[in-house]
This record gives sequence, C-alpha cells and structure tokens, in this order.
Amino acid sequence: MFLTISTTGTDRRPATDLGFLLHKHPDKAQAFSTSYGTAHVLYPEATAERCTAALLLEVDTVALVRRGKGKGRGGAPDAALAQYVNDRPYAASSLLAVALSSVFSSALHGVCRARPELPRQPRPLRIEVPALPARGGPALVSRLFEPLGWTVTADPVALDTEFPAWGDSRYVRLVLEAGTLTLAEALRHLYVLLPVLDDAKHYWVSSDEVDKLLRAGEGWLPGHPEQKLITSRYLSRRWSLTRRATERLELVRLAEADDTDVEQLDNAVEAETEAEERPAPLAVQRRDAILAELRASGAARVLDLGCGQGQLVQELLRDPSFTEIVGVDVSMRALTIASRRLRLDRMGERQAARVKLLQGSLAYSDKRLKGYDAAVLSEVIEHLDLPRLPALEYAVFDVARPRTVLVTTPNVEYNVRWESLPAGHVRHGDHRFEWTREEFRAWAGKVAARHGYGVDFRPVGPDDPEVGPPTQMAVFTAHPVKEAKAA
Amino acid sequence: MTTTTDTPTPQGRVLPVTDLSLVVLVGASGSGKSTFARRHFTPTEVISSDFCRGLVADDENDQSASRDAFDVLHYIAGKRLAAGRRTVVDATSVQRDARRQLIDLARRYDVLPIAIVLDVPEEVCAERNAARPDRADLPRRVVRRHTRELRASLRHLEREGFRKVHVLRGVEEVERATVVTEKRFNDLTHLTGPFDIVGDVHGCSAELEALLTKLGYADGVHPEGRTAVFVGDLVDRGPDSPGVLRRVMAMVKSGNALCVPGNHENKFGRYLRGRQVQHTHGLAETVEQMAGESEEFRAEVREFVDGLVSHYVLDGGRLVVCHAGLPEKYHGRTSGRVRSHALYGDTTGETDEFGLPVRYPWAEDYRGRAAVVYGHTPVPEATWLNNTICLDTGAVFGGKLTALRWPERELVDVPARKVWYEPVRPLRTEAPGGQDGRPLDLADVHGRRVVETRHAGRVSVREENAAAALEVMSRFAIDPRLLPYLPPTMAPTATSRLDGYLEHPVEAFEEYRQDGVARVVCEEKHMGSRAVALVCRDADAATRRFGVEGPTGSLCTRTGRPFFDDDALTEEILGRLRTAVGEAGLWDRLETDWLLLDAELMPWSLKASGLLRSQYAAVGAASGAVLPDVLAALDGAAARGVEVRDLLDRQRERADAAAAFTRAYRRYCWTTDGLDGVRLAPFQILAVQGRSLAGLPHDEQLALLDRLVAHDATGLLRTTRRLYVDTADPESVRAGVDWWLEMTGRGGEGMVVKPVGALVRGETGRPVQPGIKVRGREYLRIVYGPEYTRPENLTRLRDRHLHHKRSLAIREYALGLEALDRLAGGEPLWRVHEPVFAVLALESEPVDPRL
Repeated sequence: MFLTISTTGTDRRPATDLGFLLHKHPDKAQAFSTSYGTAHVLYPEATAERCTAALLLEVDTVALVRRGKGKGRGGAPDAALAQYVNDRPYAASSLLAVALSSVFSSALHGVCRARPELPRQPRPLRIEVPALPARGGPALVSRLFEPLGWTVTADPVALDTEFPAWGDSRYVRLVLEAGTLTLAEALRHLYVLLPVLDDAKHYWVSSDEVDKLLRAGEGWLPGHPEQKLITSRYLSRRWSLTRRATERLELVRLAEADDTDVEQLDNAVEAETEAEERPAPLAVQRRDAILAELRASGAARVLDLGCGQGQLVQELLRDPSFTEIVGVDVSMRALTIASRRLRLDRMGERQAARVKLLQGSLAYSDKRLKGYDAAVLSEVIEHLDLPRLPALEYAVFDVARPRTVLVTTPNVEYNVRWESLPAGHVRHGDHRFEWTREEFRAWAGKVAARHGYGVDFRPVGPDDPEVGPPTQMAVFTAHPVKEAKAA
Repeated sequence: MTTTTDTPTPQGRVLPVTDLSLVVLVGASGSGKSTFARRHFTPTEVISSDFCRGLVADDENDQSASRDAFDVLHYIAGKRLAAGRRTVVDATSVQRDARRQLIDLARRYDVLPIAIVLDVPEEVCAERNAARPDRADLPRRVVRRHTRELRASLRHLEREGFRKVHVLRGVEEVERATVVTEKRFNDLTHLTGPFDIVGDVHGCSAELEALLTKLGYADGVHPEGRTAVFVGDLVDRGPDSPGVLRRVMAMVKSGNALCVPGNHENKFGRYLRGRQVQHTHGLAETVEQMAGESEEFRAEVREFVDGLVSHYVLDGGRLVVCHAGLPEKYHGRTSGRVRSHALYGDTTGETDEFGLPVRYPWAEDYRGRAAVVYGHTPVPEATWLNNTICLDTGAVFGGKLTALRWPERELVDVPARKVWYEPVRPLRTEAPGGQDGRPLDLADVHGRRVVETRHAGRVSVREENAAAALEVMSRFAIDPRLLPYLPPTMAPTATSRLDGYLEHPVEAFEEYRQDGVARVVCEEKHMGSRAVALVCRDADAATRRFGVEGPTGSLCTRTGRPFFDDDALTEEILGRLRTAVGEAGLWDRLETDWLLLDAELMPWSLKASGLLRSQYAAVGAASGAVLPDVLAALDGAAARGVEVRDLLDRQRERADAAAAFTRAYRRYCWTTDGLDGVRLAPFQILAVQGRSLAGLPHDEQLALLDRLVAHDATGLLRTTRRLYVDTADPESVRAGVDWWLEMTGRGGEGMVVKPVGALVRGETGRPVQPGIKVRGREYLRIVYGPEYTRPENLTRLRDRHLHHKRSLAIREYALGLEALDRLAGGEPLWRVHEPVFAVLALESEPVDPRL
C-alpha cells in the first residue's frame, strides 16, 4: 500500500521543508517496522520547487494469515484477513492509516522540533493514493474531502480490463490538492478518512478508538456535513456483526468450500437491522395484526416458526396470556441475536420459563413442535424455494398441527406502490418468490383442504383498492370435526 | 434370592457380592458398619451418611442436616450406579423407609440391591459410641431404637426387594466375615469369540443346518473355534422346533454356542412349567411337535429355557446380544425391566392395524459404543442402524436366515426353503418410515450423530457442524430427493521440498507406492467447479425413482446448491446429457433409467463470479493500480542517488508476481450466455439403478465416459485427459511428472492421482486416499497469494498440517460411498439423506481451506 505527499515551494520557502515537517530526511530511504509489515519512507523528488515523499507499506500476508491462528486447522481469527489472496499489500486501507500515524507521528501532531513555526503554516499540498478502497465510490470520496478544502479527483479503477462487463472495482485513484491546509491537518484527514472509506470487515475498534477519533477529528470533524457517517463507520466495528475468533465459523467454511461469499449464505440477519431506531411501520403493523389474531384465537402456547431476531417473540412475551413461546429458526446467527435481544441470560426465572429458542428447519418434520395452540410463519415461506414448500406444509400442518396457523407473505401486486423498488424486483434479495393475492389464496386454499383446516385472509397495512395491501395474511384454523375424529 | 445365616466356618463367613450392585449396610449406630466397609470395599465405593452430613453441614453428627445429607448420598450413589460402579451405602438403614429409597435407587439404575446386616448387641454399640468423643452425647435410647427397628426388619428384607441378604450375628461373625466379588451372569466380556450371531430360527431346522454349514460348522463345532450366538426365538411357527432346540442345546452344552431367550422361549417355558398360556403365534405348532418327545427331553428343554440369561455383554464390552434390542443404559444391568426390554423390546402399549404391538424405535435413539445385535422384528434386510442390527430376516415367513460374523461384521444368510408360516403383516423395515419412506425428520440429522459406513466404520458428526449443515441444507440446497450424493473433499499431496514448489507429483506417486498401489491414473484437473448431475431418462423415471413431479434430474454444487437460478437452464443441460447417454447406448448397457455423475462444470466464473470479483479481480485491480506508481517513485529516488536498490528489486518481483496472479485467475473466466460457453467434464459415473459404480476401476469408468463425450453433439461435454503411471517404475513416474509439468506449464490447474482399481485398502485394512490432488505452481497463486513462491513465503507455507484434511477426506469418502450404496440398495430417503447431510456437516469442520 502506497501514497505520496507532494508540495511545491520557492527558494524562500523551499518544498524540501517537507522533510522537516515529516521528520524524515529527503536524501535517505528509511524503513520502520510496524505491526503489519515494514513501512518505507523515501523521496522520488526533492528540490526547492517540488518535493514528494512516498510512504510504502510492505504487508506480510503470510504473517497476517498465520497470526493468532490455531495449528493448521484454519481457525482464522477473521474471515477477511485469513486470505493469502488479499488486497492489503496493495490498497490503501486502514492498515495504511495505522502506519501513517506511527511513521509520521510528530507531523500528525503538528510538532517540529527543529522548525517549530513550520507546522502551523499552510502550504500547497498534493496527495496521491493510487489504490484507495472506497466503499461508496468516487461520489462519497468527494463528499468527505471537499468540505475540508480539498480539490478532489477520484477516478474509479476498472476490475479487470479484459472483462469490461465486470465494471469498476471498489478502488479509486485519488488525488487531493489544497493550498490552505497544514500538513498536520492533511494527515489527520487521511488518518480518519482512509479507514472510513475502507470500511473493511477486519477493522477491529478498541475502546480507546473513540478518543483517537476525537483527537484526530479536532477542528474539522464536528462541523463536517458527513460527521454522522464518518463517526458511525469509523466506530461501527465495535457493534458490528464482524466474525471474530470466538464466533462459530462453520458457515464460513461451508461458504469457502463452495467458493461463495459467506454473506450469501449467512444472510438470515440483515446487516443494519440491529440499529432499528425507526422500525419500519409495516413490520409493526404486521406484528400488531399477528398479535390480534393470536389473541382472538385464544392461543396460549405459541410457535414462532422462522423467528429471526425475535422481534415477535419479544412482543409475545409482553402479554402474559401467552404462557409458552417457542421461537424456531434455522439460522444460528439469528438465534444468537434473538437471545441477545431478549436478554435471555438476564431474564427472571418465571419470564425465562415462558420462552425457548430452538434451531429447527421447516424442511424437516419436527416432533418437538407438536401440540401447540398456534404457529406463526411471518414472512417465512417466500424464503423457501417453491419445490420445498410441500415439505414445510407437511412439517407444519401434518406433524406439528397447531390449532391455528398464521402465515404472512408479501403481496407482489403492491410492489408497484413502493417508490424505491425497481419494477420487477422482489423486496428482499433472499425472496425466492413473491405471490399475488390470487396465488397466495390458491396455495392456502389447497393446504387447508388437504389438512383439514379452514382458512381466512386478512390484509395487513393499507388495503389499496387496486393492488391490495402490502402484506397478506392467511389465518388457518383446524376443523374441530377432524379433531374429534382423531381423538 | 438367598439369605445366608449358616454357621460360621473357622475362616468366617464368605459373602458373595455382585460386582455391579448397591450394597446397603444395615446396623445400629456403633455396630461397626464403617469399619466393615473399610475392610471389604475400596474407599471410593463407600458413601457414608456421616460423610455427607459433614459435606452439607460441616458436622458429621448434625442430625438436622440428615435430609440434605441423604439427598447428596442418593445423588452420588445415582451417579456411580449410572456409570456402572458398585456402591456401598454406609448409613444405619434400620428403617424400612430409608431402605425403600435405596431399593428404588437400585431399580432406577437396574442394579441388584444387596443387604448386609450387622446385628451386634445393643450394649456393644453403646459402649463403642461412648468411647467416641463426637458421639459421647448420643442418648442410649437412640441405639436402643436402632436395635429394635433392625430386629423388626430382618424378616422383611427379601420381600422389600433385596436380591441378596447377608445377616451377620454378633461381633465375632462380623469380624471374621469376608466378601467375594461375583460377576453378573450377563457379563461375558472376557469372551472375545470370534462369534457367529444367528437370527430368529423359529423351528426352521433345515435352514439352520444349512446356515451352520455355510458358516463352517460341522456337527455344531467350528474348526476355527468360533462360537455361535443365538438371539432367541428358536421355537414356534416353524416345522421342527424340537430339532432346533436339540441342536442349539447341544452346542450350548458343549461350549460351542451361547443363547439368549426370545419371547417365544419365555412363553414356551411357562407352558412347560404347566402355566396357562394361549397357544397363539405358533406355539400350537411347537406343542404339537413336542408331543412326540420324551419326558426327559421336555425336562431338559425346561431346564435350558429356565437357565437362559436375558442378554450378554461380550468381547470386552464391544458387543451386546439380546433378543429384542437394548438401550445402552441397560447393558450389563440386572432388573425386571431390563429382562422385559431384552425379551419384548420397548412397546408403546398400542397395537397396529394387524393387532401387533407397536414398538418404540429404540435403535433410532441409540448412540452407544457397543454394537447391539438382536432379532425379534422381521425385516427384509439386515442393516446397521446407529451401531445396532436386527438379524430377524423372517426365515419362517419365507425370507432368509441370517447370521452376522463378529468381529468381521459380515452378513451370511441362507434363503428359506418355503413360506412355513404366513406373516400377519408384510415384512417391512422397522426403521422410521419403513421402506416406503416418509418426509425427512429433523431427528434424522439434528445434533451429534454417528453414521455407520460400510467402508470406514462409524463416522461421527459434531453438533455445531450439523447445525451449520442444517442451515445450508434447508435454505439453499435442492430438493433432498434429488440430492443423493455430495462429493467428498480431496486431500492434496504431501508438501514438496523441491525448490519453488509447494506441490509436486513425486510425493503423490510415492505415497501410493508405499500404500502398495502399483497402478495409478493421473486425471487432468479441470478448471471449473465440482458438480453432481443426476440424469433421468425421462420425467417418468424421475417420478418413479425419485418421487418428484416435473424435474428430470438435478445439477448441484458441492454443497448441494443448484448451479443455475433458472431451472430451464438445468433442464437444458440435463437434456443434452440425456441425449448423449442415449446416443452412447448407456441406458441399456448399464440397465438403468437414471445415472448419477461426478463432474466439473466450467468456467469457474459461472459459479464463483461474486468471489472472483470481490476477491481475485479486486487484488488484481489494486495491484495493477498501485505497483506502477510504486516503481516510478522508487526509480525517481534511485535516480536521485538514494539507496533503494533492494527495495526496488523486491517491488519489481512483486509486480511480476501480481501480473502472474492476474493471468492465473483469468484462465478461469470466460463469458457465457445461457449454455453457450458452458462445459461439463464428467469423470465418474457414481451410481445407476440398483448399483453403485464407485467400485468400478477408473480405466473402465473413463472408457464409459469417453463414449458419452463422443456422443455429445452439442459441445457441452469435455473429455478428461489422463495418463497411467506405474508407481514402482522410475521411468513411468518421470513420465507422470513431465506430463504434469507440461500441463501446468501451459496454465493447467493440475491433476488428480487415483488408484486405478477403486476402493483400494492399504495393508492395515484402512482405505487409502481415493485421490490425491497435485495442483500447478501457477494455479496455487490464487490459493496462497501472488507472492507465495518467494522463498521466505514457501518456507513458512510448507508447514501445512495435512493430517486433519486427509482424515476428513477419508471420512467424507466413506460417507459418499455409503450414500451411493444406500441409494443403489433402494433404501428410504432418510437413510440416503443421512450420509449426504453428514458430508455437508463435515465440510464445516475446521480445516485449512487452502488444502
């Protein structure tokens, strides 16, 4: 990873003052050892008119992979660094920011012992970063640097010139130019904004990182129009779902075995939902509708099949008429988050006795789910491939056979009313299908007939006269006749 | 039940105590129980109530702590008994209620309760207590009450449930008594066989004689000293129960056989003792046949049946034989319910539509270490399930008579001469779902599991791995009915020490040579993704054999996911394959209407485009953007006279390596449109109707596949280039190395070396690696990074820890073979799904993913 810092000057204010500012002599190539490899500082040009300092960090990928890893068993500390094929040696990532702060520490703090007045003087600066990972693309790069007084050139780098169809990579070639900033300011901008743009999965934030951000952001961060984004990205890892050594890595390995990104498999939990400050009103309406139906059915022992992160379980717990609540999900990750959300480990005994979270799958029949009053399948069926629905049908309506079954699913007709949804797109990347009201009714009707249930339908959300409600709900009720016969 | 009160010999009384039992010492305070226990048992066998009082109350004599102390005592005793350890309870136990709790405890853990009574005069007890400072305050009335209660109890001890009662009267008898440990009747762990375990005979004496002959017995004796073990139900229904009894009794008597009772012997025994029994379920036939037998023979039979022990634990605890199966917690135990389970199985109390008892499928839950061999329930085929096997293959119903060779685990059978007795209900597998199958149940796959494989024994799956597999299988995999196989992982060759190489063919050839494999085939490693294709002759065949409506097969990745989001594309590929199979005449030649292919689908970019872009191309793009600038900067500094030569050289190498990396991954990418540009290279036919072809030698496999490829007119199919190598011939090995060098030099991925004859076992009997991959030097850049060939990197990378990967490869291979065998054998879906699921679960084990 690599960047250059250039300045221009005159005989009276020579450009080579850069050497004093950086505390590195222009006629020497110096090497510094850092925690991720060796950093080199050298000057490709150094005249009074123009002086350029280059920072080159040689990353040792083999060491990076082997760091803190169990013997030969691939217990990698985190998925992103555990790759020998890694952009870290080339791209100006958060690791470069770390190197920057240790190699140019005094410059960053605006200290120059030989020429104490120098750091305070603004000078013409040009910074080049040939490969900067920029999540958010050139536009975000400009939004981050321009308010600070930089003239920004950010050209996207093509992924592979032989495959133009692949488009641009996540890297940009960045050139920053300014005449009114001090070097210390420039370095502090880079120190904060390189990791913000990198936004990489591996960047682990320790608790003193907040202080570091406050110090480096002094004087410019508080007034920055993107302050919120900068802060949250810089500190985001702390609350993130980043996989760490202590976490279960089984799914990561299955993804690796099939040349797949783990995000494609472990996507049962949506990335941003944890910070659910403004809950989507539709989700709330859906939960309200489900609660109303459950109360109307008189159910006390309830299954939430496909409970995800446990939002509905949490609602159910608030109502003491639900005496036993079982949340079932196939995703261990979702269950972990649900358990955290419900604070199961801190819940009182009586409360905890009412709730249980189980890993289970509706592709298999499951005897543990027998004998409950009601089962909820909220926004679940559309996550199954159509050919596997009969297995779910058998598992729920034949084996578990609760008296009441509530099924909600999107109404695809309503999609035209979503302004943000491109035509023909499903609402969620993992939706295998979305049904019209007609299709849903046809399926539900057949299921009900086959298994001895009656079925009613309820709209959830505003019932548009033309395209219907955004969510459709089927309420299945087991025929008492059948029960009598079975008994 | 035995009560010993006979007069002491000069040496003192000898008290037999069973090795696994709950021994209850009964005696007043001060009667010398602790001393007695110390003298005759090991310190850890004895739990005293005083000690437990101390544990919970810091005071061994705090009577207010008795309740908690006994809770602790019962808890510890329970743990010991559950673990199969004899336990001696040192408490007064003079009250009936206290003893009842202990008898309940013994029953709960199915061990014998034994009482040893220390009946010592009250004065002696009082004297001893007075001499002990901690008991000096014990009121005399307490000892008096103890003695009174003890005396009142003596007569009832047997009725209370103690199976042995030893009463020692007086100080001297207590002093001089000795305890001897007796083995349980069912404990024959010292017998190691080898055994031939024979299923339910039911009076089929001709079949029995035929089977014994086939097993190598001559007149009931095996020349190699093998022992026959009969699982019971010798009698009833069949033509000659007396003949069978005569043979078996003679073999048992002469020490050539063991026999456990079946429910039919049990009932027959009651009949012989003159009890009222219904002459149903074939007893009438036996009674009739016995009519011609002498009274002497009847008495012999009665004695024989009465003496049968419900089950045996054999061969160091590795083998349990009983009639109707036995869960692990009952192995070697002695109680009424153990006997009842051994004879009748675990009945639910319900009856089925034929009026026969519904049995709880205990074997489904069995996870024990010992193999349980049993009979009782007629099944069409004897198959292992969770380390249990039922050998009743319905000889009397016209099935066959089956024996299991132990420890070889080989099945030997002879067909029934005829249907001797009409079955009430058709023979079917008692396993869940039976042969007709049922939808998969979570209990088939969830949690820690052990899968029995024919080729590598038991393979276990850990809970967390099963959890991950459940997620992928449920959310992403194709319909399990169309997923009868997942490919096993393959181990790389031992790490090369040659300069510049991490992998090289020499090690692979050498490994096989050492394993005694002379002839290997080197198969070109295709540059794509592993794919399993199930091709049916038509939609009808798919419905008939796999129960699906619509699809005519499947094409999935190594984790069971569909290759194409669009089903139409899958069907199009299957259509082309189907045509080629037909043109090549393989449907008829292999006598099948479906076949399962192991193959490689190309290009790799088709499936891995996400990964290619986010990781490989990204690294290429970043290095391409940054390295020219780095070199320019270093050139500038060098021109100024700054000393950067080493750094510059290193960065130039770095740039070369990055360029080589980019070239390497680009070979895996080409654009496709629909099926245009898509290639499929099949390299093994895994299974066809009724047959697993995993054992077909690779040269024959490749010949069949060449035929298939030659008959593909669409350009979809690609042949697999190969070279045969003789591992003992240096010339041939050199040719193999050259072939690999040439192929990888042109950018090829590498090759896989396999023994030509499949299913090869090494000298130890363990299967050898079914294949070893040797990957090309350039290809490995996209595995180990652009600069892995730098000497300092190679040195570190050579430390690869291959062991786990190699063991995993063998286990997954065995599971794959098992899935194919079960598929070919027409077993129900859950049985096929079990090893398939296990392969997926094992893929989530922690193994270096680069291997």
